[in-house]
Amino acid sequence: MARDTPAGDLRLAHLTKTFGAFTAVDDLSLTIAQGSFFALLGASGCGKTTTLRMIAGLEQPTSGQVLLGDRDIARLRPYKRPVNTVFQSYALFPHLDIFENVAFGLRRRGIRKVDEEVRRMLSLVQLDGYERRRPAQLSGGQQQRVALARALINHPQLLLLDEPLGALDLKLRRQMQIELKRIQSEVGITFLHVTHDQEEAMWMADTVAVMNAGRIEQLGAPTDIYEYPATPFVANFLGQSNLIEAEVTGQDGDDLLLTGHGSRFATPRDRARAHAGGVWLGVRPEKLHLVTEVGAVPAGRNAVSGVLTDICYAGVSTEFLLRTSWGQELSVFTANSDPDAGLVPGTQVTAHWHPRHSFVLPRGGENETPSGDREPERIEAAT
Amino acid sequence: MSALAHLGSAHSAPGAPGGPATARRRHRFLPYLLLLPGAAWLLLFFALPLLQLAAASLYDPNGSLSTGYALTWAFGNYPAALQAYWPQFGRSFLYAGLALVLALLMGYPLAYAIACKAGRWKNLLLVCVVAPMFTSFLVRTLAWKTILSDNGWLVGLLRDVHLLGPDGRLLATPIAVVLGLTYNFLPFLVLPLYASLERLDQRLLEAASDLYASAWQTFRRVTLPLSMPGLIAGTLLFFIPATGDYINAELLGTPKEYMIGNVIDSAFLVRLDYPQGAALSFLLMSAILAVVFVYLRRAGTEEVL
Repeated sequence: MARDTPAGDLRLAHLTKTFGAFTAVDDLSLTIAQGSFFALLGASGCGKTTTLRMIAGLEQPTSGQVLLGDRDIARLRPYKRPVNTVFQSYALFPHLDIFENVAFGLRRRGIRKVDEEVRRMLSLVQLDGYERRRPAQLSGGQQQRVALARALINHPQLLLLDEPLGALDLKLRRQMQIELKRIQSEVGITFLHVTHDQEEAMWMADTVAVMNAGRIEQLGAPTDIYEYPATPFVANFLGQSNLIEAEVTGQDGDDLLLTGHGSRFATPRDRARAHAGGVWLGVRPEKLHLVTEVGAVPAGRNAVSGVLTDICYAGVSTEFLLRTSWGQELSVFTANSDPDAGLVPGTQVTAHWHPRHSFVLPRGGENETPSGDREPERIEAAT
Repeated sequence: MSALAHLGSAHSAPGAPGGPATARRRHRFLPYLLLLPGAAWLLLFFALPLLQLAAASLYDPNGSLSTGYALTWAFGNYPAALQAYWPQFGRSFLYAGLALVLALLMGYPLAYAIACKAGRWKNLLLVCVVAPMFTSFLVRTLAWKTILSDNGWLVGLLRDVHLLGPDGRLLATPIAVVLGLTYNFLPFLVLPLYASLERLDQRLLEAASDLYASAWQTFRRVTLPLSMPGLIAGTLLFFIPATGDYINAELLGTPKEYMIGNVIDSAFLVRLDYPQGAALSFLLMSAILAVVFVYLRRAGTEEVL
């Protein structure tokens, strides 16, 4: 791949966009390293698409900078930016065939010999032989790949992907996720992928930024974010979490001691983002193990007892709902490598987990809801 | 499917009323039934009169209303009519063409602005485009006569800024006729164009801009090609009636500005020369058809301008 453009990271500095009284993007600063696959993850209306549109130049920031290398491109017209976009709707030109759609960017820059390059791009996205078709004659997945080829052919410094797989069915989406990863590693261009699908974000990106209400809640590698979320929002938007209300009562060596609803828990200090006062004690459902007798809980583990209220068999795993003595329902996922047929709703069980699998988040911040935040998003994703 | 239909019709062949085959037959005839009123109307009031007109164009040119006409297959009527009135023919196409250019220069930006930029004013602006149609064509043209008159404010203004000489005038000039044609047929151009542009997906314009197309290139490569259906329909709806029009030349011009419509009008209503009027009508029709055909062929194949 020819890369004669100067190297450069993308840096957003205090980027803000307001629409009337509504702040879509709120003082956003982040750096995306050149050549990385970066995912901006958030529910609809969180400001992720507005951020992307400001980078593309389709929206003017109210304030702040968009720096590509050392150059502030925030006020440049879209067609002057070394940035290309794969649109959510693909936005293929219906009056042009596939060849001309892909060649569009090159032709607009006055490049006459486009034949070889277009064919190379079409074969990169595995659409050889489709040159003379019209977009309407292609399936959704094929149109998606044309949109990708049309953007990539320009060798942008940065490729923006606006929910590019949102319109595809699940199987095709998986396939395209693999394709996109392959293409990204092949061309080495920085990809900024905007999505509301947390699995897609974790699956594809080197770095994920979780956005909420115009701000970034957490930024990091998928494992870091998943294993040690920074806020209750992240804990529940990226996968699921059981968050138990607790108080810090003391310390024991490297462990933080907590009490919640009359039970005592321990968590390593380096897994706690708050070390005193009211906190959320969090643990992922798949870290929990179920036993029917309290005596069977191994020593040194945190445990919560309750009654099973629901059991959902999901093939690879079984999902249990456990109602605690204080009425909270905890999720427990167990892999079906060795299914236990003995558990039925109504069974008295104890869930236990290793202290290093829990995490502690500060409690009492404004607008905090420990769970339920991701429900509307799931509905949207299903439609 | 076809085997089934065959079976069904064989079954009910010995007259079984209300059977499945009858229902199917009724089904098959339904489209024709729906077509019937319109087809009958067109036959009675379009096809037959057209035939009548064709016959009239071949009448003996020496006949008259009082002595009666004889169908003598006088094909000579056509070259004779053309020879006598070719300047008016040329003028019709020239004036209509000039008016079309003016209308395009005004109408395209207008349609674009209403479709893409007007926001909540869209409907109001559309009403403004259509509103003049609520008064009669004649009244509107007469109003133009007042506007362009020698004592009117417009001529006064143009004389003051020396765009017109001290006794220069607008009324009774080709300019007045072209302006009148432009005004009277503008909505026929704007409305189909508007419909086309309104359906234009704004995201395509963003995509073009993202792909290095400047504003002009975006217009040239995306907006214009995608508005071609409306543009073609609009230009035809404008050009065809404008070419055949005679009111504008009659009211805003002089006999020196007369178009072919005026000649046909006088052939039928003043000179009572039916064969010549009919021949001129057919000549005009075929000339317009030829222009439209060439235009559609060119516009149709050049999908990417």
